[in-house]
Amino acid sequence: MTLTPFTPAPRAFVPGAPLPGPRPLVAPAPPLPTQADISREIAARSAAAERDRAAGAPVPAHPARDYTPYRSSTPRHPQRPPVEIDHLADPEAVELTGPAFGVTDVTDLDADLTRQHPGEPLGERITVTGRVLDRTGRPVRGQLVEIWQANASGRYAHQRDQHPAPLDPNFTGVGRCLTDDQGRYTFTTIRPGAYPWRNHDNAWRPAHIHFSLFGTAFTQRLITQMYFPGDPLFPYDPILQSVTDPAARARLVAAYDHELSRPERTLGYRWDIVLDGPSATWTEEGH
Amino acid sequence: MPRATTDPAGTDRPTAAPEPDPAAAPDPAGTPAAPLPPTPSQTIGPFYGYALPFRGGEQIAPAGRPGTIVLHGRVRDGDGAPVPDALLEFWQAGPDGSLTGAPGSLRRDPVTGAVIGRHGLDFTGFGRVPTDADGRYVLHTLPATAPAGHPGAAPYLAVCVFARGLLHHLFTRVYFPEHAEAHAADPLLSRLPDDRARTLLAHPDGPDRYRFDVQLQQTADGTHEETVFLAFR
Repeated sequence: MTLTPFTPAPRAFVPGAPLPGPRPLVAPAPPLPTQADISREIAARSAAAERDRAAGAPVPAHPARDYTPYRSSTPRHPQRPPVEIDHLADPEAVELTGPAFGVTDVTDLDADLTRQHPGEPLGERITVTGRVLDRTGRPVRGQLVEIWQANASGRYAHQRDQHPAPLDPNFTGVGRCLTDDQGRYTFTTIRPGAYPWRNHDNAWRPAHIHFSLFGTAFTQRLITQMYFPGDPLFPYDPILQSVTDPAARARLVAAYDHELSRPERTLGYRWDIVLDGPSATWTEEGH
Repeated sequence: MPRATTDPAGTDRPTAAPEPDPAAAPDPAGTPAAPLPPTPSQTIGPFYGYALPFRGGEQIAPAGRPGTIVLHGRVRDGDGAPVPDALLEFWQAGPDGSLTGAPGSLRRDPVTGAVIGRHGLDFTGFGRVPTDADGRYVLHTLPATAPAGHPGAAPYLAVCVFARGLLHHLFTRVYFPEHAEAHAADPLLSRLPDDRARTLLAHPDGPDRYRFDVQLQQTADGTHEETVFLAFR
């Protein structure tokens, strides 16, 4: 057997042409949009929403699912409108009821995110409390509230978070509790940091805590994010700005409440939550 | 109650009118004059994986219970690509048609606090499954049953879909081919054209095994029909 020595084919050098080399297996990613691009798109969507409000259109309480400034929404939103189910016309719908949770589903330590490890986490300790209500103002009692968040330096305890900020061995950032008889929840945690993401160039998420909530009906299911008052990143963030009504957006921002601060221990924030969607009890009462 | 109604950077205008204060709402029996404005939804994002999924979340059927079915499928986006960071939740009537559910989905170890799975006696009716790297989910549950108050209804599983990129969750339903007669009278299926209703039907693909895919958006080439999603009023 004769071995043929490997001789690379001669390449002509063309000024301005891509450097010779192996063809990349994956096409290079297109350049990220700039913050100015995203801010322009946010402004256009806000202006359109304002025109709709001025024309008397109903104000959307939730983000549109096709909110282009949040780039990940582009391939992941349905193009057809949802099919409406009227709870009065279909009072037997399974979704008008929902799962139940109880004391076996949580432990006391779950609501204090600063006590889940041997040492104290770094950062500013905070108390976050509020009430969970349905749209008729009734407290949602004994239901599960789950939270997750980045640590004080803006890093999640998740391997996909590659933000080069330190992990905190004394902070995971996961909590759960059940609402009490007044619909109240309370967590002790640390204030999360802002963090960068790759929606666009120089994109930063304002500090936030993710909340997951159950109502008395599956229709009332909600996952959302709580923000901190006065964050200078608000106008730059397409996720918060996807809520185009300023009053609705303000409902995502907690209020500092000195009465909730604990001496020598935590700063207090109040955030009340109203769950959308009909329930079986609405049907009984003819709402 | 003070609320941040203006943006310090000046891009937000002050709200036109003070919002109703939920904490001041009549409690518990009274009803406010107008419904309270709801808290807006925000995306689940990419990092819920260490917070929401729990051991046994995909195991609604009590362990070893005869008649357990497997429901599986993929979540895909409008490019036909699998969605590896979706979270699916399921809610269904109990085998006796009850709609009260039961605690114990996330039962905890009293010593370590870790989630130790369900005890295998109660049917909680609730399941939670994250999609894997291939966009797949697998659920083990009991066949869907009609609510006790409406035994002739077409049984289905209620589904709630969350995902990074989805700013507001999506509701859909899984119906099963065994109940074709009831489907004709179902208030939802009966008003959908056949090609749309089909997206809500699970396909048998083995003994006690069904496939149900979730297509978040119609693909441009039309090969994947967008799933019917629901809004409740």
